[in-house]
Amino acid sequence: MESVVFIFSLIDCCALIFLSVYFIITLSDLECDYINARSCCSKLNKWVVPEVIGHAVVTVLMLISLHWFIFLLNLPVATWNIYRYIMVPSGNMGVFDPTEIHNRGQLKSHMKEAMIKLGFHLLCFFMYLYSMILALIND
Amino acid sequence: MQFPSGYGSHPPNYSAPSGHYSQVPNKAAASHLDNQYRASYYPTYYSSPAQNVMTPSVGTSVLNTQESQQLYNKTPHTVGSAEGPVQGAISSASYLHTSAQQSYSAFGNHYSTSVSSSVASQGFPLNSDHYAMPVVSSAVYPNVSYPPAAPGSVYGQAFTSQSLPVVGQVKETNKFSSQSTSVPHSLQQHVPVGYNTTLSTTSSAQSVQDNLCSNLTRSVAKVNNQINTGIVFLEKNLSLSISQKFAIPKAPNLNNFPSPAIDSSSTTSSASPVLNNYDALEGGGYPEIVSVFNTCGISFVLPETRSVTSSPVPAPSVPQTSKASKPFGYGYPTLQPGYQNAAAPTPVQPSNPGHHPGLQHYPQQYPGVNQLTSSIGGLSLQHSQQPESLRPVNLTQDRNILPVSSVPAPVPNLNSDLRKLNCSPDSFRCTLTNIPQTQALLNKAKLPLGLLLHPFRDLTQLPVITTSTIVRCRSCRTYINPFVSFIDQRRWKCNLCYRVNDVPEEFMYNPLTRSYGEPHKRPEVQNSTVELIASSDYMLRPPQPAVYLFVLDVSHNAVEAGYLTIVCQSLLENLDKLPGDSRTRIGFITFDSTVQFYNLQEGLSQPQMLIVSDIDDIFLPTPDSLLVNLHESKELIKDLLNALPNMFTNTRETHSALGPALQAAFKLMSPTGGRISVFQTQLPSLGAGLLHSREDPNQRSSTKVVQHLGPATDFYKKLALDCSGQQTAVDLFLLSSQYSDLASLACVSKYSAGCIYYYPSFHHSHNPAQAEKLQKDLKRYLTRKIGFEAVMRIRCTKGLSIHTFHGNFFVRSTDLLSLANVNPDAGFAVQMSIEESLTDTSLVCFQTALLYTSSKGERRIRVHTLCLPVVSSLADVYAGADVQAVVCLLANMAVDRSVSSSLADARDALVNAVVDSLAAYMSTASNLQQSMLIAPNSLKLFPLYILALLKQKAFRTGTSTRLDDRVYAMCQMKSQPLVHLMKMIHPNLYRIDKLIDESTIHVNDRVVPQPPLQKLSAEKLTREGAFLMDCGSIFYIWIGKNCDNNFIKDVLGYPNYASVPQTMTQLPEVDALSSERTRSFVSWLRDSRTLSPVLQVIKDENPAKTEFFQHLIEDRTEAAFSYYEFLLNIQQQVCK
Repeated sequence: MESVVFIFSLIDCCALIFLSVYFIITLSDLECDYINARSCCSKLNKWVVPEVIGHAVVTVLMLISLHWFIFLLNLPVATWNIYRYIMVPSGNMGVFDPTEIHNRGQLKSHMKEAMIKLGFHLLCFFMYLYSMILALIND
Repeated sequence: MQFPSGYGSHPPNYSAPSGHYSQVPNKAAASHLDNQYRASYYPTYYSSPAQNVMTPSVGTSVLNTQESQQLYNKTPHTVGSAEGPVQGAISSASYLHTSAQQSYSAFGNHYSTSVSSSVASQGFPLNSDHYAMPVVSSAVYPNVSYPPAAPGSVYGQAFTSQSLPVVGQVKETNKFSSQSTSVPHSLQQHVPVGYNTTLSTTSSAQSVQDNLCSNLTRSVAKVNNQINTGIVFLEKNLSLSISQKFAIPKAPNLNNFPSPAIDSSSTTSSASPVLNNYDALEGGGYPEIVSVFNTCGISFVLPETRSVTSSPVPAPSVPQTSKASKPFGYGYPTLQPGYQNAAAPTPVQPSNPGHHPGLQHYPQQYPGVNQLTSSIGGLSLQHSQQPESLRPVNLTQDRNILPVSSVPAPVPNLNSDLRKLNCSPDSFRCTLTNIPQTQALLNKAKLPLGLLLHPFRDLTQLPVITTSTIVRCRSCRTYINPFVSFIDQRRWKCNLCYRVNDVPEEFMYNPLTRSYGEPHKRPEVQNSTVELIASSDYMLRPPQPAVYLFVLDVSHNAVEAGYLTIVCQSLLENLDKLPGDSRTRIGFITFDSTVQFYNLQEGLSQPQMLIVSDIDDIFLPTPDSLLVNLHESKELIKDLLNALPNMFTNTRETHSALGPALQAAFKLMSPTGGRISVFQTQLPSLGAGLLHSREDPNQRSSTKVVQHLGPATDFYKKLALDCSGQQTAVDLFLLSSQYSDLASLACVSKYSAGCIYYYPSFHHSHNPAQAEKLQKDLKRYLTRKIGFEAVMRIRCTKGLSIHTFHGNFFVRSTDLLSLANVNPDAGFAVQMSIEESLTDTSLVCFQTALLYTSSKGERRIRVHTLCLPVVSSLADVYAGADVQAVVCLLANMAVDRSVSSSLADARDALVNAVVDSLAAYMSTASNLQQSMLIAPNSLKLFPLYILALLKQKAFRTGTSTRLDDRVYAMCQMKSQPLVHLMKMIHPNLYRIDKLIDESTIHVNDRVVPQPPLQKLSAEKLTREGAFLMDCGSIFYIWIGKNCDNNFIKDVLGYPNYASVPQTMTQLPEVDALSSERTRSFVSWLRDSRTLSPVLQVIKDENPAKTEFFQHLIEDRTEAAFSYYEFLLNIQQQVCK
């Protein structure tokens, strides 16, 4: 059972890693002026909700399977994701707003955030991998 | 009068080496001169010594000036003949002189041929200086053909002075050389710093002079002894040696930095002598630069302090007097090396007369000066009295801080050549006219760094250039501008990225002079604001025609307000004046709960109305005939405009489907792009983009939270971005009596580069002031220039980066602003940060390029270039602060803050901006009493303006403010150019019942009286007077109860106070002197702006009185501080 949980988490984590990489690539495209702000933001906004759900699922799964440490590790990031999504002002077009992304260094902070998430997901990935192997052996 | 005697005792040191310094004697000795001098000097703030030189001479005698000028002019030639390439600009010539002289003094024999000429050139400065003192000498100097003997003697003195110090020099030099070898890096770094300081301290030059005069008078007595001078000289020598050492290795480097070179020229030409001296003097202290800097550099100010501080550091302190004398002779030598370098590599140049060689020379001179200056920068402040802009002002005690007339923009501390070339402050302003060298320094100053732009301003003079190849830097795409440097005839160096580019063949030909081989005289290089006709490379598609679409609200509410009559009438009147060519197209859409289109196709007998009631899925009934050619269908259009106001008189439709109407308009416009003008009178209540009332009237005067400053939906923003993508701008006219959620509606204009007009409680008959305003605004709106499918890019020197933009546009990529339309009343602001230290440059440049399609279908590029000096000391940063620009930028930032965070945050941030910057300033000036609130003169209006901002509709709390009013004020802050914004923030108040002919100016044969500015305080309003308040878009004339009946009769045309009507909006033409004066003054105020403001006469009982009194921002209101209380509050926080 435990191995199934970790196999699922591992797959989910892989997806999140890919998503982070996609965010980084798209943002750096915008930084380098390969795409315009409008298309960049519409691309990214599409994936904000899947990211939130993907991460929330793992977090909840860890809670259910009573892996406290991993749950607590995931909790702040999941909370931040949800908070960020909820706190978007009503006039904005999503977490990424094309009219504001070039102002006040938002692009940079988005980029930094994506980087940190990538690092976090990589860490989780190895943790899940380890736990999965451990679980498989125990089984 | 000690001075003269002291002077006399010194003569050799003094007269010979420091031509410039002789000014000092002038001042001290001849008071009348002094006055003139001041007059000429201060207005320009940093006017360079060269000017000074001229002015005193004027004061003494006309003859002299002429002669001296002759000298001036001619000298260049002589020098030129000696040197070859030199000719042309006087200033450049002057540099040459200096350099020549320098070389002369330094290398003595080297320039034997040029000696006479150089002497002559020196004679020039001497001339002016000497006037006051030795009359005879002045008489001698003016001669163009200079008697060699006299110069010789002068020089001989100089030499002697030099020779005296030699021993000391050797010692010092050794020290220096060792240092220089050991720390080459630091030296280099320092160089620019020095330079910067120099620039900033041109003012210091001024101050030096002031000091000198004071010092001289006082200290000459003490310091007079030759020994001291000897020391001074030693120091000078040191500086010389230093500078030489540095300069020589540096010269190549300098080549890399053309701009600095230019600056240096400025220094050398006029101001430099003093500065050089300074540098030289300080140069002795150079090795310890840092320490010196720290210890005394920052403590600018009082002479007493000066002397105190100086005593511990003898070398710098002594200079005061000596400095004055030394600099000249010594400064020259320093420069010399550069000169040599310059001369050597450019044998080809002789063909280039004036400018070019000058430019080349500057760079080389630069190093020496820079180094010296850099080290001294801080010191200069200490020694000299502060420049005018740094004069400390005790805010709590100085009650009259307002200038007599409008506040001038500070002039960047550049040499006169560059200053002449620089962009007008009306189009391009920077919050700090002295750019700090590093981000750390900027952070220390606690002032925002940013630009305020008014790029599409109506200009009376604009060079338009047609050329097949537009010359641009190949790496950063900067347009060639006056601040680039020509390395030789075939290459120029970009002043933003420093890349060396080729000069294209075509650029070698100058169409203005029809001469070949003078790329530096092309209009692009002679004007900082130019307009280029772009080739097809700058088009993504053929230039679009002018297309205008009017979207009019015809619901019951709109008909009731009666705006349709005014709009249609204005349109009819201005139909022929709409900017455009033969392709101009026009269309109309009206909407209530349905959307009505008008088929105006040529050939129809009358306009055809097509009603689309399916507002959920809007479509265009006949896509081809809705936008028609203005000229072909003119009759139909006129018919429609005549019919429209009456077509809906009986409508019972109260709904408004603005969203669908806008979608339809977008569909109609998307093939071409153009301008959509939307007239809306209520909250959109149907279809996409419907809004709900969010305002709680009970919260209007809340002091706590103001909500709903941001948009309620992203519909309008998305629509705006769609429009922007199709080169369509949406201009919004909101004429409503109720809450209409401007915060949401404004988005449609904000992001499509449109403009927003708001007429609260508009009614055609109940509110004639608003009706008149609409009329006037429409006239301007319809006939003003317009640019289509525009993009704007702002480039700045490497090291600076723009991180935030303010204004109406869409930022498409990092530095590209997409402006579907651009209009002459749009202002922009950007915030910048310093990403890399600017230590290796002395000048930074900013370039705005606005590419647009004119209404005639021409693709044009308007380029503005601004050049500013870089400084390394905090005091210089403060000296260059442009308080108006700072306040406008802060206003923009505060708007952002109040939307993204909260109004309270924004208000706190504004107050903190004052507190922080004043605290930072006071901490740099350690000798100031901490118990007082002191501001540098440049920032003395800062607290006043911030208080005015806090009492603005946009940011005020506690006073009942409707949400739409507040949001509109915020929109204006973001999109108005600085001139308009300042009037809005801090109106001008004049007393007009006693206009006199004194201090009048003449404009077009009219006599315009210039009454002084009054404080915005009720204490200034006397019952016996009449006052005019200029708020930018509106003039209030307030009449006191006991106002002179003659004034009321003559100016207002009524027999007495009681008979003046409540709603008076015009001044009658009465044949009386006072009427004429008042009217000419009012019309002069009107002419100075593009929007013709509405005039409102206010008596005591008038309801508009509250509006008027709300503008008296220095007074206390129930919810806000008075100015004095505000100051005390700030003082408290500063001292915390």
